[in-house]
This record gives sequence, structure tokens and C-alpha cells, in this order.
Amino acid sequence: MSGAAAFTVDAARSLGGPSWLAERRVAAAEQLAQVAWPTPAEEIWRYSRIDELDLARYRPMTADELGAPGDERAPGGGPWAAEAGERAGMLVVRDGRVVHHELDPALEAKGVRVCDLATCDDEVVRESVGVAADAGADAFTLLHDAFVAGGPFVYVPDGVVVDRPIVVLHWAEGDGEASFPRTVVRLGEDAEATVLERFGSADAGHLVDAVVELLLGDAARLRYLSIQEHGPRTWHLGFQRAHVGRDATLHTSAVALGGDYARLRAEACLLGRGARSDALAVYFGDGTQMLDFRTLQDHDAPWTSSDLLFKGAVEDEARSVYSGLVRLRRGAQKAVAHQTNRNLVLTEGAGAESIPNLEIEANDVRCSHASTVGPIDDDQRYYLESRGVPPDEAERLIVLGFFDDVFARLPVGALTRRLRRAVVDKLEHRRPR
Amino acid sequence: MSASVLRIDGLRVKVAGTEILRGVDLEVRSGEVHALMGPNGSGKSTLSHALMGRGDYEVTGGSVTIDGEELLGLPTWERARRGLFLAMQYPVEVPGVPIDALVGAALRAAGRADGEAARELVAAEARALGLREELLRRGVNDEYSGGEQKRAETVQLAVLRPRFAVLDEIDSGLDVDALRDVARRIARLAAEQGLGVLAITHYARLLSELRPDRVHVLLAGRVVLSGGPELADRLEERGYEGIAAEVGVDELTVGVPRPPEPFADPTAGSDPFADPFA
Repeated sequence: MSGAAAFTVDAARSLGGPSWLAERRVAAAEQLAQVAWPTPAEEIWRYSRIDELDLARYRPMTADELGAPGDERAPGGGPWAAEAGERAGMLVVRDGRVVHHELDPALEAKGVRVCDLATCDDEVVRESVGVAADAGADAFTLLHDAFVAGGPFVYVPDGVVVDRPIVVLHWAEGDGEASFPRTVVRLGEDAEATVLERFGSADAGHLVDAVVELLLGDAARLRYLSIQEHGPRTWHLGFQRAHVGRDATLHTSAVALGGDYARLRAEACLLGRGARSDALAVYFGDGTQMLDFRTLQDHDAPWTSSDLLFKGAVEDEARSVYSGLVRLRRGAQKAVAHQTNRNLVLTEGAGAESIPNLEIEANDVRCSHASTVGPIDDDQRYYLESRGVPPDEAERLIVLGFFDDVFARLPVGALTRRLRRAVVDKLEHRRPR
Repeated sequence: MSASVLRIDGLRVKVAGTEILRGVDLEVRSGEVHALMGPNGSGKSTLSHALMGRGDYEVTGGSVTIDGEELLGLPTWERARRGLFLAMQYPVEVPGVPIDALVGAALRAAGRADGEAARELVAAEARALGLREELLRRGVNDEYSGGEQKRAETVQLAVLRPRFAVLDEIDSGLDVDALRDVARRIARLAAEQGLGVLAITHYARLLSELRPDRVHVLLAGRVVLSGGPELADRLEERGYEGIAAEVGVDELTVGVPRPPEPFADPTAGSDPFADPFA
């Protein structure tokens, strides 16, 4: 990849906003000048298409273009939100700026907050941004920090349970523009919430450089589901990092369907004794797109546990990458970690990489990993066809069945129908060879 | 239901370049129950998969027809659509595809029922056959026991209502109760619905429940002897070797290694802890 012509310190400074955010931005922009942009030679970018990224094709949006936070609707947001079913609150985010937010007044009375982190006037926002992400920053996290204009902030105070999902709808559309949405979800001690975040964009050459921070206090329970349905020319570089406190439970799921190149680096840091992380993903690439996942299950306390199940399919000339590390640090005695990645390669031109890794420094742990890459099993196909099921229908059933155990575990059941439809749609629109 | 005929005529089949079936002739009519018996390696499973059109079986001669319509050359699902059903010896696990989804897709493709109707038919048939309801929510055969798999094959057979069913060792892995339930259901399908049955087995115990009209003996890729139900008793008495001597056949099996048993212990036969210097 090549230089970041339009991403200057001046441009970062001109975005305005609260002083703490502006200072973070300028500091990051200054560091950016020295940063080495990644290449596929680095392990964490291996198999990626990062060498195709030409930052000179994009520019950051100006403060004028982003506009003031308002109360408008994002295109496509209405029906989408309706399909997700009942909710406790909603944030609509355009080009990384929250333009609409709402919350059940009963929850607001309990101290729950949803707002744009650049405009909420709150100490807790300032204390939260960067807590998880700063430690793992790479060049694109820095770029994000230099140009972040705002983004959704969700806060649930100690002991409060939010019993319906909080829905966050992102939309981006400027061709040749880059946006930098920042999501911060913070749960206090013994708090509980479900957050559903959907990323969508127009059919435009747009770059989304997103950072998500999930901060779970002791004994907190967070279910976080992200659904990536970008337009076919969008590039998405996502970094999601969670801090999981003592006896807290994090359940993350990712669904990736859209984009030209879409990457999610998802890391769960189990910091307190008894912390738990469950991670699920479903991805399906078609056309020439690439879906790229890098995961880290980082155990840094005793009796922590993590489980990961990522399932993907590719067809046409699409590619996918799964590279995952389980790290059991010295202090992680009695930890349990599992990691499974399964891939279906549906056509000859498509390809999937799967690279599971373990790094174990503790001596009293249980750990397993499994990974598969292959076509649909001939015996399964034959079995279904022997009952009179035509080949296309047999394939449709097998692929939906393959994803079914992940769909069944997603936290927002109402969306399963939509996701199954998206899978069928990809199968039906396979390019003729 | 009008009477139909499944006719297998001079069927020759190669697997991995070796001829396993060397001219098989059989004829099954609606409502008839035929048993095809033979030792391991005689070509029984090859026959069942060649009839269903599995990819790695190369037909080198002969014909298979239902009411005169040639099945060889048709893809598997088209053979099923023309009324042929194979109950497999090793039914395949398909995670996430429950029986009603599978049967529903088959019935829909044939224009016979919708998904809702399929669910009800499957549930009723599963109750009748003693297949636990919980299994209907799982993918077909997914962590089913051997007996549950065979009950599930029979549920599908009963709901799909083919004209002819080939049962490939449906008695293997079955306890006495399951064997009785499965055999009785199939016998009823033959008597009441006119299902034609070709039951492939190497044990006579299935036949005491299924009560075949005709019994055939397959040795080394050919049907060497056919007769009434009393032939099963004779076989029980004399064994395959005795029958082979009777009909003047030298070999019982076809001289090729058996395909790998899918559930075999991969380390069996080679002791991983054996002393290499012993």
C-alpha cells in the first residue's frame, strides 16, 4: 500500500470536537507520520490484500461534511431495525457520526446512556475511549485515532440489566472518502446488555476504519453481535478489542457478508479470574471479495475460559482468511480454551486459509483447536440426492445446515431468518463458470 | 397403486478398475419382498449404490429399469424421483439438516407436499416407529445411534413412498426391538402400499420378520441361486460355502480389498506402541 496524502495533522486538527478528543487525534496524527504501513510480509497481514490498498484514493471527511449531530434516519435503517425486533434503544451512525439516538426512558432513569462519544458531556466517556484499543494499536488504529469524529457510546451502570437489544446502525456512502466510526460499550459491575451493531454502506469506493471497544466490569454480561453488510466496493478494516473482568461473560458474534475487502481483528482479553469469552462468526464470500479474520483469545488470569467457533463459506473467486491465536499467559492456570474454524469452499476458483495457533505459558490448562477447509462432502450430497432432492437444493440445505449451529446461538434470534436468506441469495447468485 | 416392475438385467459394475458385479439379474414387482443374501465381499453394497447411481461406481454393462424406463445414466436424484429408494447401511450425518427439512425438500421437488405437511408426516411416522422426537430437531443422523439411524431411514422411506426400496443391511447395528419395528413397518408398506422391496443382508434374522417372497444368493458378483423363503433356511444350515459347492461356484467373494470401513478404528491392526525392534 502507499502513502496517506490527505491524512495530515492539519486535517486531523480541523475536525474539532471536545478538547480531550482533539488532543488524542492530533497526537495520533503526529505518530502516523512515522508509522510503517503494513505489508503482507507481516504475519498478521499474511494472505491479506493490504498491498492493494491505496490510501491516496481516499480522503477524510471534513467537519462540515460530517455536520452536527442530529436526528435524522440512516438509509435502510428503518426496515432493518424493524427486523431486529424489540429493542431498548437505537443509535444511527452516518460516516462515523451519531446522527440519531434514542433510549427507553425507564433505562435512562437507571443511568443507562447511549450517545455520540464526541458530544456526550461525560467523564466516563473520556475514561473509556482507548482503554482496550490503545494497547493493541496498529497503523490503522492510529489512523482511526487521528480522524475519529465520534461514534456510538453505550454505558450501563453497575447492577443494571438492559433486557432488550440496543441497536446500532452504521451507514457510509461517500465515494473516495474514509470514515472512522468508534464504538465503545462499557458495562459496570454485574451489568448486562445486548448490543447489535450493523455496518452497511452504499455501492461506493469507501474506506471504513472502525474500532470497537467492549469493556466489561466484574460479573458483567455482554452479548455483542456485529453484522457487516457493506456494499461491494467498500473496504472495511475493523479492530475490536474487549476487556473482560472477573467472572464477567462476553459473548461476541460476527456476521460478515459484504465488502470488497473486509477485515476484522477481534481480541478478547480475559483479565479477571473466572472471566469468560465466547466468540462466534459466520462469513460467506462471493464474487471477488475477501473476508479476513484475525482473532486473539488472551487469557491473563486463572480459571478463565474461552470458546471460539468461526464458520465460513466462499464461492466464485472469493477468499477468506482465518488466523487465530489462543494465548495462555503464565498467570492463566486452570484456564480452558477452545478454538474451531471450519470452511466450505464451494467452487474451484474460491479459497480459504485457516491458521489456528496456540501459545501456552501456563502448565495447568486445557486447550484444543480444530480447523477444516474443504468442499461440500460428497457423501452428504449423495445422501440428500438419494432421497430425491435436486443438486442445487441439496447444496442449499447442506450450506444452511453447516451454518445452523452458529445461527442458533446468535443472541438476536429474530435476525436468523434474514441471515439465512442472505446465504441463500449468495448461493443463487453464484457466477456462472 | 398400479403394479410396477424393477428389472435388473446383466448388470456389470467396476469399482476402482475391478469388476465387482459380473452380470446381476433380478426382477422385483410391486408388493413383493425379495431378499438378496451374500457374504461380505460378494458385491451386495456395490449393487445397492450402483442402483442409486453413486459417482464412484462404474457401470460397464446391463440395464436397470422401472416399468421399462432406463435408470442407468440418470443422476441419483432423478432415480429417486422415478421411485427408487436406498436405505443405506451407513446413513450419512448431515449436520443442521433435520429429517423434515430433507423430506420436505424431496416432496417439494416432486410437487407433492409443502414444508408444513412434511413436518407433520415425519412427526407421525417417527412416533409410529419409536424414533425419539428430540432427534427430529437435530441434523439427520447427527449423533444418532445405529438403531436410531435405521429407524430414521425407515421414517423417510415411509413418508417418501417410493415404488421400490433397496435396503442395504438395514439389520446391521439393530437391536431386536428396533429390528422388529423396522421390519414390520416395511412389511406393511409392501402389503398395504405395494412397495417392492429388495432387502440385502447376510443374516437370516431380518427375514423372520420381513418374510420374503423370494430369496437370492449373491456370490462373487452374480446371483447364483434363487428360490422361495425356504432357501434362507437352507443357507442358514449349509452356509455360503455349502451353497457355493452345491451350485459349483469356486469363489464366494470378488478378489479386491474391501473399501475402508468408515467407522473402523484407524489404528486397529497396527499397534502404535509396538516395539519396533521386537
